[in-house]
Amino acid sequence: MRRRTVALWAAAVAGYAFLYIPLVIVVVYSFNNSRLNAEWVGFTLDWYDKLFHDQEMLEAAANSLGIALVVSAVSTVLGTMAGVAMYRYKTRLLSVLVLTPIAIPEILMGVSLLIFFVLLNFTPSVVTVALSHIAFCIGFVAIVVRARLAGMDESLTEAARDCGATPLQAFRYVTLPLIMPGVIAGALMAFTLSIDDFVITFFTSGAGTVTLPLQIYSMIKIAVTPEVNAVSTLLMLLTLALIVVASRLTPTLLRSD
Amino acid sequence: MAARRGANLGKWLVSGPPLLYLVVFFAIPTLIMVLASFRTPGEFGGLAPLVEDGKLDLNLDSYARLLSDAVYVQIFIKSVWYALLTTLFCLLLAYPLSLLIAQSARRHRDLLLLLVILPFWSNFLIRVYAWMIILGPNAALARTVNSVLAWFGHEPVPLLFSSFAVLVCLVYVHLPFMVLPLYANLEKHDLALLDAAQDLGANAWQRFWRITFPLSLPGVYAGAALVFIPALGIFAIPDILGGPEDSLIGNVIKQQFLETRDWPFGSVLSIVLTVAALLLAGLAAWFGRRNLGARQTNA
Repeated sequence: MRRRTVALWAAAVAGYAFLYIPLVIVVVYSFNNSRLNAEWVGFTLDWYDKLFHDQEMLEAAANSLGIALVVSAVSTVLGTMAGVAMYRYKTRLLSVLVLTPIAIPEILMGVSLLIFFVLLNFTPSVVTVALSHIAFCIGFVAIVVRARLAGMDESLTEAARDCGATPLQAFRYVTLPLIMPGVIAGALMAFTLSIDDFVITFFTSGAGTVTLPLQIYSMIKIAVTPEVNAVSTLLMLLTLALIVVASRLTPTLLRSD
Repeated sequence: MAARRGANLGKWLVSGPPLLYLVVFFAIPTLIMVLASFRTPGEFGGLAPLVEDGKLDLNLDSYARLLSDAVYVQIFIKSVWYALLTTLFCLLLAYPLSLLIAQSARRHRDLLLLLVILPFWSNFLIRVYAWMIILGPNAALARTVNSVLAWFGHEPVPLLFSSFAVLVCLVYVHLPFMVLPLYANLEKHDLALLDAAQDLGANAWQRFWRITFPLSLPGVYAGAALVFIPALGIFAIPDILGGPEDSLIGNVIKQQFLETRDWPFGSVLSIVLTVAALLLAGLAAWFGRRNLGARQTNA
């Protein structure tokens, strides 16, 4: 029994090391005073300084943030509606349309939206990227909201209705406050998914529009430079902060049960 | 009657907007792509007119091309092979990890699980980029490996831009998808079964192979489906970490849409990819359920 436990621990520690060492290396080398990501030479903040003077990178960051904000707002509203509808009514078609984008290979959605926008003569831009992101974020928000609804006492809404509240009032003053943590967690999730998306953005952005992941992609296709480490570190920090907030709001979000 | 109508109105008011959005930006584009797979490529890329000389121009040419050209069939087989290997290695790594989390004290579980999910939330390209650094020719790993190889009198091998790099990164990126369903399954096991087996004289190995592992099969199949589908369609990892030999189906699709601009053929490849992924994943899910069903009727 003991030997088995030790073996299990060893395997699990190896597993965690496998998960974290690559990310730690990226962060550490972002402070490395060397162009090569190969050996530790000395501490520097030059790569961050360079990052904040890189016009293309700043434009990409602004695009990414703007798209993520709009996507998060719109998909939270639509996703919450979808979540409520899926929980309260029998909506087979909606459920299928909400869940399939999550289940199919991302590249399919990317190329089908590419054809769609080109046939409609939509010039690829931040608008087409945002429209595409919303399409796959709705499902994630809907799932979180539906899970939150499943954990709440539906008789509260009925009580409000019995007391004379209109359906809208019952939703606004009873249901919505109760599912709010789920809604906010969904919004943060949509924000993260949008700011991180590469595949769908790659197909729907056209040549003129850059986002952070696209900028990182074109940089690492050319050469490995610590500036990529710096932007990666900042992006990881942002995501981490959002996850912490989201998990505070819905303790059950990151739980398995 | 009025209440009934009110409820119906409410249903449409709530489900209408998201439904409309997803029909316009998901269902219709997908249908257009399915239609595009039966059309003729345009002279300058894209699609030829749908109606030519008053005749509807729909054909199976692009499907026939897929079957007649051995290159594409080979790439499909290679992609399935890479996705299967990824699934297998993810399973081997994820199993001890999930077992440990499921067996640790209840108050530690959430944290241990969170630590598995957290890297998954960092940007996908950052995780690919990390392997570019680790496997780079000047990095410690490549130098160590090659000095050992040199000692055995072997030529130095590049770690980056190789199938090895592609596979390692595929496993790295998809590992959490295997851990989550496995853990969810292992956590529910009735530990009394293991005690009973021990009382009946089963050793640790027998207890694992004859109780824990068979019971965890639904989790294994669910994890396999979650890893296999995205792994099959990947294009960025071979693009960044692979050599010219490592082109997978995702890379060919990207090439058809952005370089060759043969939309009908690109659509055919995307559809076949999706159908293959869903079919194999559905098969896994079916196996999982059948397995579970058999066990329940036996009990």
